[in-house]
Amino acid sequence: MSATDMPTRTKAPLLSVRELKKHFPIRGGILGRQQAVVQAVDGVSFEVAAGETLGIVGESGCGKSTTAKLLIGLTQMDDGDIVLDGQRLGPDLSLKALRRDIQMVFQDSYASLNPRMTIADSVAFGARVQGLDDPQGRAHRLMARVGLDPDRFGGRYPHELSGGQRQRVNIARALAMSPKVVVLDEAVSALDKSVEAQVLNLLADLREEFGLTYIFISHDLNVVRYISDRILVMYLGEVVEVAPVDNIWETPAHPYTRSLFSAMPSMDPDNRTTKPPLSGDPPNPIDPPSGCRFHTRCPMASEVCKRKHPVLGRMAQGSPHWVACHLHDPASGHPKAVEEAPA
Amino acid sequence: MSDPILQIDNLNVRFKGKRTVHAINDLSLKLMPGETLALLGESGSGKSVTLKTLLRLLPEKRTGLDGSISFDGTDIMTLSGKRLRSYRGGDVSMVFQEPALALDPVYTVGDQIAEAVMRHKGVSKSEAMATALDMLTRVRIPSPERRLKNYPHELSGGMRQRVMIALALACRPRLLLADEPTTALDATVQIQILLLLRELQREFGMAVIFVTHDIGVAVEISERIAVMYAGQIIEEGTTREVIADPQHPYTQGLLAANLHDVAKGTRLDAIPGAPPSLETRPDACSFAPRCPLALPACRAELPPVRTPGPRRRVACLRAGETIAAE
Repeated sequence: MSATDMPTRTKAPLLSVRELKKHFPIRGGILGRQQAVVQAVDGVSFEVAAGETLGIVGESGCGKSTTAKLLIGLTQMDDGDIVLDGQRLGPDLSLKALRRDIQMVFQDSYASLNPRMTIADSVAFGARVQGLDDPQGRAHRLMARVGLDPDRFGGRYPHELSGGQRQRVNIARALAMSPKVVVLDEAVSALDKSVEAQVLNLLADLREEFGLTYIFISHDLNVVRYISDRILVMYLGEVVEVAPVDNIWETPAHPYTRSLFSAMPSMDPDNRTTKPPLSGDPPNPIDPPSGCRFHTRCPMASEVCKRKHPVLGRMAQGSPHWVACHLHDPASGHPKAVEEAPA
Repeated sequence: MSDPILQIDNLNVRFKGKRTVHAINDLSLKLMPGETLALLGESGSGKSVTLKTLLRLLPEKRTGLDGSISFDGTDIMTLSGKRLRSYRGGDVSMVFQEPALALDPVYTVGDQIAEAVMRHKGVSKSEAMATALDMLTRVRIPSPERRLKNYPHELSGGMRQRVMIALALACRPRLLLADEPTTALDATVQIQILLLLRELQREFGMAVIFVTHDIGVAVEISERIAVMYAGQIIEEGTTREVIADPQHPYTQGLLAANLHDVAKGTRLDAIPGAPPSLETRPDACSFAPRCPLALPACRAELPPVRTPGPRRRVACLRAGETIAAE
């Protein structure tokens, strides 16, 4: 059964994240006093069903990677809850168990492998630390599964492999822990296009075979669209839109999502982009704008957007499409807001 | 038709050292004045080496060069001293991928642009500063007077790349080399920079060689595309021809791997394997080991260069046959 026909409503989510928050203090001056706060992740909530792939997109500095790091406790959260398979991190679930059950594949395939360890040892290492049975055997099976002959590659060191091969090693290493969730943080972004396609095919096969749940973070919208069941859009540390991939692709609701999509190259020489959808760089997360954080760049911004912070809500009752924008809230007071839907 | 601004004939670049790398193998290319060409290829295909060779930036002792490069009738391979200095930055200039590394952190951006203008145009400091201000305005930097006095670290990535472009264009080069100038930027900023470059190219009428690994970017910026693989150009044509009718199996594979409008859940037509290491000079088709259409002849000798149209070429024995036809 493919992940898309899975009735996510009736099942409890595999992973549920509530009001995740991480603020980084900036210290300066002679006394090292706190001078400002980077609101890297500010109240992010989402759920992922078993077998589902959630894509996370947004510009640099929007908090995608910080969210990923918070999920496996690489960065300690300031506030929020992580519930995995019904167990809450802290009271029910230890950090060690969380780190076994949620695995991560990073962008830099070289920096994420120990240069002094052979490939086979790297893949087996986590399983050994976590006390899982037969780490060496696991490593061999998984290396073969990701397309690296263990007898040929097992004894090699990371620098002897190409980028695509190293990323296969990182995937095998993540799978060696039999994780419930795999977080892929720009995992294919550094690869060449032809190699990227090979790794994406591999990821799709592994998802099917091991019933994996992915959180797929990328700046490449084509890739995210291809691999994800649902897409979550972040802007300056907040979730601005979440929806099933077809909904968001056909009818992006948030003005930011629309701009992000239309910034993609057209691929049509006769119909090139003529006007940039957004001007300027993303604002600094140190001092995010008041009200709706996107109002400084938004073509639809009105008075209310500067004052009032929009909350993430369903587009319509029971809709799987969530958006945080005054335009879609009849009660917001935005002059161009949608009308109240007839009851 | 007028004379080409740039003509490269049978260029070979070989890096010598502990191991030899045949980075560029028998590359020929012609560029007309005011033309925008995208050099498309994956890492290691020789795109950046081609640009560096054009500016003679490669370390001379460790590089074996042969072939000829002529810029507006001048032989580039023999330039030296003062003439080389005035060629670099004056006639031809370059925008790099990482502006944070290409700009000098200890000088203000105004000083850096003015320095280049003074060196090449021989004008006074105040005139050069006026040019710098004019350039910052043209690349649409908000409040340019204030930005003139900023150091690179005070600017965002997109701003820095605009400064880099202002610096490269300040002396009105006739050829601009751009080495993945938008790769490090967000998509929303990338499209702004691409549109800016397109506009400045029209305004200044310069020729541009734009190196990229992203087909989408190549389509947005260029009139012509040359696809590189293993140090050779394997296909060339107008952007329309290459996108609508790719004839080399590698180009076809690259287009399929771009994922533009690929239906979810379908398997990708990935090109298997990886590019060759180029430790020996290719004596057969370099793509044959990964090619779904390869014949024994492809592995025995260099592929013929077919020319299906004017200024259109494909280096493939089986050019024109599609993968789907198999």
